[in-house]
Amino acid sequence: MDRRDRRNTGGDRLGLGRYAPGVVAHLALVLVWLLLVKLGHLPRFVLPSPMDTARALGAGNYNWWGNVATTSAEIFGGYFLALVVGVGLALLFSWSKVLASFLMPVLVSLNMVPKVALGPIIIVWFKYGVFPNTLIAFSICVFPILMTTARGLREIEPELLDLVRALRGSRWQLFTKIQLPGALPYIFAGMKVAVVLAVAGAIVGEFLGSDRGLGYLMLQVQVTLDTPAMFMAVVLITLLGVALYGLVMGLERWLIPRDARVG
Amino acid sequence: MAEPFIHLRGVRKVYRHGDEEHLAISDATFDVMPGELVALVGPSGCGKSTLLKILAGLQAPDGGEVAIGSAAHAFDPARDVGMVFQAPVLLKWRRILDNVLLPAEILGLPAAASRTRARELLALVGLDGCEDHYPYQLSGGMQQRAAIARALIHDPKLVLMDEPFGALDALTRDKMNLELQRIWSQSGKTIVFVTHGVAEAVFLGTRVVVLTAGPARMAGNFAVDLPRPRTLDLRTSERFGHYTHLIYQLLGMA
Repeated sequence: MDRRDRRNTGGDRLGLGRYAPGVVAHLALVLVWLLLVKLGHLPRFVLPSPMDTARALGAGNYNWWGNVATTSAEIFGGYFLALVVGVGLALLFSWSKVLASFLMPVLVSLNMVPKVALGPIIIVWFKYGVFPNTLIAFSICVFPILMTTARGLREIEPELLDLVRALRGSRWQLFTKIQLPGALPYIFAGMKVAVVLAVAGAIVGEFLGSDRGLGYLMLQVQVTLDTPAMFMAVVLITLLGVALYGLVMGLERWLIPRDARVG
Repeated sequence: MAEPFIHLRGVRKVYRHGDEEHLAISDATFDVMPGELVALVGPSGCGKSTLLKILAGLQAPDGGEVAIGSAAHAFDPARDVGMVFQAPVLLKWRRILDNVLLPAEILGLPAAASRTRARELLALVGLDGCEDHYPYQLSGGMQQRAAIARALIHDPKLVLMDEPFGALDALTRDKMNLELQRIWSQSGKTIVFVTHGVAEAVFLGTRVVVLTAGPARMAGNFAVDLPRPRTLDLRTSERFGHYTHLIYQLLGMA
């Protein structure tokens, strides 16, 4: 028999061993940071040590958790909105070729607009706050999701189309059984790119005009050269991005078997 | 004489690219009896795949007569066609058992009975034990076996195969030829099998239809009178050689 079995038969069933190099590399990065501060005799306001940065979390009147909550709301809100709108539009385009042929060129042009430049306009329209920043995050991360989803929905093997047609399968069956699950890996590829953009969008929004959030806090403490707090804000923003990315990756692993993933 | 299951008379198909017309099939005329395994053989571009699509009801001929089914063997075009392609085209996100079940789901067949049947078919094609594997865990030959099981799940009367072993290495292909002969004799299906392999056509076919390209036409149609079950050794016999020589002659290559 030409039977193959690639199931993991080793002792490390969860594969925790493969995370070890990543953990070590992160620790090494912190170590390099520490050495740079200690050996370079850099002042705290230029490059605070990891400990100084961590201490900022406990000190001062930074309202960390309130600011984290605000920024998370913008990132997650904008991201979720982009997911719904991006996937929704792509589905619409795959159902109506006419609609796609009109709207797609417009969207490609709109994609070329630097979304950061829209920030001041969005703030004029909607004032300061969570909502305009959510919109900026949305506008910057909706395109990759839309484009990859549209592409994934197009990528259907002609033989499968023949198979369904020969059985007089409905369009809905073709969509639910073949097109949509086939597009999932592409959707996730777009979603992963979008994570980085959503975080950037929310922070840019807070820089441009806001009275809350980690980006706002950074501008506040910059005035007093409170670099450790700025660093802490960057660390927290990064962690928010990592958390969202981890969520997306976990969902991908849960939904899609290994070989069907792309990117 | 029994009624034919498939009846083709003067079937013609023309493809148009702008103003240019390209004759894909001209005057395809042959009958297939119930339970036959007919091999359509010819070079690339001879219209074999087009003929298969016409039989599957995916394309309409531009001329001629196509009739499938007979009084004794009623044919429902929506549920009596099973298809196997050159690539297995399994759904990567489905386990093998669920891949086999796809046509049953599309046709809305009872789920429990279909699952039982899918397991039986996987055993028939030699894949018992692989029900819960994903396609990537199987070799190309095994994926193609799963694709054959998928083509049989809804118990179609007609199975159309478009160069199903064309992408396999020579030895796997030999093995699959033996397997297909066994599956065909155990299932009793009528099979139309497209190939560009002359030896494969003679080895498998109860009948061989030879098609040529440029100009597209049907060059011959003959029964293969060789004992069953046929063995790989048979291919070196004189009688086998007679048939392969005949095909080469009809293709104008001998």
